[in-house]
Amino acid sequence: MKSKAIAAPYIVWMCIFIVVPLFLVAYFAFTDSTGAFTLENIIQVGQYSDVFLRSIWMGALATLFSLLLGYPLAYIISKSNLRRQSVLIMLVMLPMWMNFLLRTYAWMTLLEDNGMINNFLAALGLPRLHMINTAGAVVFGMVYDYLPFMILPLYTVLIKIDRSVIEAAQDLGANSCKVFLKVTIPMSMPGIISGITMVFVPAVSTFIISKMLGGGSNLLIGDLIDMQFLGNAYNPYLGSAISLVLMVLILICMGIMNQFDEDGSAEGGKML
Amino acid sequence: MKKLLSLFLCGLFFCTCFIFPVSAEESGEEAAPDTGVTINVYNWGEYISDGSDGTLNVNQEFTRRTGIHVNYTTFDTNESLYSKLVSGGASYDVIFPSDYMVARMINEGMLEKLDFSNIPNYTYIDEEYRNLAYDPKNEYSVPYTWGVVGIFYNKKYVKEVPTSWDVLWDDQYQGKILMFDNPRDAFGIAQKRLGYSFNSTDMAEWQEAAELLKEQKPLVQAYVMDQIFDKMEIGEAWLAPYYAGDAAILVEENDSIGFAIPTEEGTNFFVDAMCIPEGSQHKAEAEAYINFLCDPEIAAANMEYVGYSTPESSAKELMDEEITSNPIYYPPQEIIDNSEVFLSLPSDINEKIDKLWVEVKMGSSGSTYTLIAVLAGFLLLYIVIVITKTMKRRRMNRY
Repeated sequence: MKSKAIAAPYIVWMCIFIVVPLFLVAYFAFTDSTGAFTLENIIQVGQYSDVFLRSIWMGALATLFSLLLGYPLAYIISKSNLRRQSVLIMLVMLPMWMNFLLRTYAWMTLLEDNGMINNFLAALGLPRLHMINTAGAVVFGMVYDYLPFMILPLYTVLIKIDRSVIEAAQDLGANSCKVFLKVTIPMSMPGIISGITMVFVPAVSTFIISKMLGGGSNLLIGDLIDMQFLGNAYNPYLGSAISLVLMVLILICMGIMNQFDEDGSAEGGKML
Repeated sequence: MKKLLSLFLCGLFFCTCFIFPVSAEESGEEAAPDTGVTINVYNWGEYISDGSDGTLNVNQEFTRRTGIHVNYTTFDTNESLYSKLVSGGASYDVIFPSDYMVARMINEGMLEKLDFSNIPNYTYIDEEYRNLAYDPKNEYSVPYTWGVVGIFYNKKYVKEVPTSWDVLWDDQYQGKILMFDNPRDAFGIAQKRLGYSFNSTDMAEWQEAAELLKEQKPLVQAYVMDQIFDKMEIGEAWLAPYYAGDAAILVEENDSIGFAIPTEEGTNFFVDAMCIPEGSQHKAEAEAYINFLCDPEIAAANMEYVGYSTPESSAKELMDEEITSNPIYYPPQEIIDNSEVFLSLPSDINEKIDKLWVEVKMGSSGSTYTLIAVLAGFLLLYIVIVITKTMKRRRMNRY
């Protein structure tokens, strides 16, 4: 009873700002401008299948790279002494104190053909690289912006692993490689899954990164939705339909991900 | 370091203490009594003289003279202004839409008719800026600024002054061309190159323009809006079509950048107008505000700051000769005669344009079947995993 009372503010908050808007999105997706029921919007979404594929592909790549970069880092942090841990975690969080737009904008000037990186390469006598306005730049931007969201959940899971479990494995004759593969990785699965969720979902639906680093021609679903609401043909109905399809797609992806979590203890999406 | 910072903040505090009372007493006239009325003004960003660097603070001056307070906020595109008004989230008293958006708002009954007896300064607006096609009887809008679209180019790399939009399709500038990141302006350039009207309702013409833009895409470095300032300044891009009013930022501060208006095919002539949206609570006060902005003295001071062109000759006379004789801001009449205004398009055309625009950027159009296949594929994968897992569990339980 007591715990329910404490949760009340959040439940009210959730109803007003999460449940009601979700119903509104669904309502708009299935109506036309006169308010009559229609499937036309959902059917129209199909025309943008290429954009969907590209977004999922880029989001998946960004998630994979963040996992490959983030896991070793989180592991190293969790293994260092306490004093150093807090410093390292602060360093991971530090970029997040600055505005996300500003950081992306900074990468734009860094990656340009006449940007700092290329000028540096030229000064060393190396050939210039074309980086900006490519799909690679967009994926890079995603990894850069969302990496902390991968590291933090991994770190919180990794420090909680009981040392005695690892010692037990070592006593039973497992070498360090086997300990890592058979004990550490399975035990950090909840962290891996929430990390993947926290990187993949914003990466798939971002629009500002592709606008700034992709030169406007690497359209993502986010750009498409933005275009429906703030573009030439104000069409919130199609915009809502695109959002709805995207939500379903992400839900399925998350469902698949959660199947890899043996105990079903990942934070979020347990019902899947 | 901390001491230095606090010293600096103290200094800043004292400065503001001294500056503000002074600016309030700037001119000798008595301030009007406070009416207690506040009007909501919704304008483009950086589109009014705000008192920085010793310029006139237009809103403060208005409050001083009339006793009406101004709640001033800004938007960044016509479309965001439109969606804000349509969704009914806020009420405004004075808005500044561009030509085609004025027409669209008139069509949809979103604007109030103006009472011109409250706007006597309308007489200062020059004849050629009245009764324009977007508001043929001039009942809903008063022009605020105007301008044309031209090409900014880097003189170091583009040796010949561009006289035609063809230069944006020239192979030798591959990867150094920027384009507008909004369909209306981008398609407009292709349409003029093909000799079509901006306001065509013939989808075949739009299709043709889209083909031309697809042809151009390999040469285009990026589709951007405000980022052109950065990219042109450092020489990242050499050619970029944009609005003449922004030349103040680019051309005047950078010797190597020039501005040319393509005279061969003609260009886009645009007007940003002042309107009162439907449902305004303080219409008379809003009209007083519009009237105030039309006062030649105010308009002159305002336009010197904003950089766009004024539709009032009497304001032009009060302005710096250097600006008014500059053909970037006040191009010769034949260029204006050879240009066209954007008008509102029917919504089904708008939707088709958006689709073509996505096609231009993506290079291809997708199909419903691909999307269904993807969704089904993921769903199948999910089901397979769930089934194998339950079977495995059942087998484990058996032992």
